[in-house]
Amino acid sequence: MSLGESATPLGKVEGLGSSHHGGHHWLEERFTSVALVLLSLWLIFSLIMLPVLDRQMVGEWLHSAWGAVPMALFIITAFKHGVDGLKVAVDDYVHQDGNRIAIHYLLDMAGIAGAAVSLFALARIAFGAAAA
Amino acid sequence: MNTPNPRPLSPHLTVWRWGPGMLVSILHRITGGALTVVGLAILAWWLAAIAGGDESYAKFNAIAGHPAGLIVLAGLTWAFWQHFFSGVRHIVLDTGAGYELKINRFWAVMTLAGSLLATAATWYFLLGVGK
Repeated sequence: MSLGESATPLGKVEGLGSSHHGGHHWLEERFTSVALVLLSLWLIFSLIMLPVLDRQMVGEWLHSAWGAVPMALFIITAFKHGVDGLKVAVDDYVHQDGNRIAIHYLLDMAGIAGAAVSLFALARIAFGAAAA
Repeated sequence: MNTPNPRPLSPHLTVWRWGPGMLVSILHRITGGALTVVGLAILAWWLAAIAGGDESYAKFNAIAGHPAGLIVLAGLTWAFWQHFFSGVRHIVLDTGAGYELKINRFWAVMTLAGSLLATAATWYFLLGVGK
């Protein structure tokens, strides 16, 4: 793989690091982290601002666009960021390629399944009859 | 291809002297893992419980409101704030700033102080003490 002195600076570093592929995932994790700064603060402050956390109050909140849309964004971004982070940890501790790729795959499946369940539940709340 | 890399690995957690920087670094990974595995599972369960009806929500509330449930939720709140402040610190470090020894150490300690304060404040308001 080594091209010696003829390699470009990019060519010299590509494929290095414990994940063996590079900057794209690193950047993506930062993009989702910046989005989560806003979305997670929104979630915490929303929960604090609700007078009570009973089912009717929470249901009304998530029935409105102001609750449902940021919550959908939070679900998608948080699951993506979480799975990305777990993959980085796996890259550092699992050194056998086959195992590493298999665990990445399982993490993707679990993350997508978790996000799908959450989004489906949110859709039922958002599009269902207003909380009784 | 499939043989593990024989190079010696850094035994950093067991050998090096502990300091704020490395403590915050490993906490970032641990809290991130806990938030993903436990936190997001609870988020999905909570949303499903709301969607499911009064009975399923009451069931969720009973478990979440149990002392053991509250300890888990309080722990997750701390994990969130620690990961949050540490994450913001990482974004600043990614720009190349904040590597001077004293400054680096100061902000590492501040993430620990900030997460404890923010956790206390969150539950102070969440439980309606301040209302």
